[in-house]
Amino acid sequence: MLQHSPLDRVFHALADPTRRAIAERLVAGPVSVSELAAPFSFTLSAIGQHVHLLESSGIVRSAKLGRVRRVELVPERLALAERWFVTHRARWERRLDRLGLLLAEPSDDQDPRGGQR
Amino acid sequence: MSLPVIHRGFAIERIYPTTPARVFRALSDPQKKRRWFAEGEGFEVESYTLDFRVGGFERTRFRPTGGPPMTTDAVYLDIAADERVVFAYAMTVGGAPMSSSLGTMELTPTASGTRLLFTEHTAFVDGQDGSEGRREGSLGLLEALAKELETHG
Repeated sequence: MLQHSPLDRVFHALADPTRRAIAERLVAGPVSVSELAAPFSFTLSAIGQHVHLLESSGIVRSAKLGRVRRVELVPERLALAERWFVTHRARWERRLDRLGLLLAEPSDDQDPRGGQR
Repeated sequence: MSLPVIHRGFAIERIYPTTPARVFRALSDPQKKRRWFAEGEGFEVESYTLDFRVGGFERTRFRPTGGPPMTTDAVYLDIAADERVVFAYAMTVGGAPMSSSLGTMELTPTASGTRLLFTEHTAFVDGQDGSEGRREGSLGLLEALAKELETHG
């Protein structure tokens, strides 16, 4: 139902720790690409690629002012909702994985209909 | 003024190498359900109750370590033993409504075990309002998401 949706792009964008760090930095307010790059040991162009990927997912937007490219978090509620849905679905994926682990344990059930043991 | 509600849906399928009856018990037994549904997220579960019958409630109170209190409250709408469970549930974060959902669990026997299909339709309401609250809400969600992705990639 949600294949190739904005959700997939958001999930992909935030699956990388550098891009998560960038997004978290932007929560405090907009900054230039070079300011964004400062805490990292990457080149400006590598950071630029991360920013581009975040931008294509709709999480951030950037605009060039003179020679400086400023990056900001997209505050729209839709982006917030998409991030929430990514988290929400992932939570259910893990729940159903844990259910599988529980079912893989040796059975301690007493089947009320006498089907086991 | 209220913001418009955002609707989404998703489905997740799993095959478990056991009988539908055993899967159904893990959905209906409070001790078992608590283990896979509420525990194991790195959350502190403050309380969990399950009254598994049509019209019965399931209430979960939990919080991420150092995070805001969260709630999940469900009511069971339809139960067919070993086959189907339909429930409605709402989530809140820090006392603000986040989402209301209809969830369906369908169990089908297969050659290798049991197919579980979970389908959810969600109305995202995000009770936050005002830019300051929104910013805090965004930060909280980003942190929660980062934590989840780090733990479970």
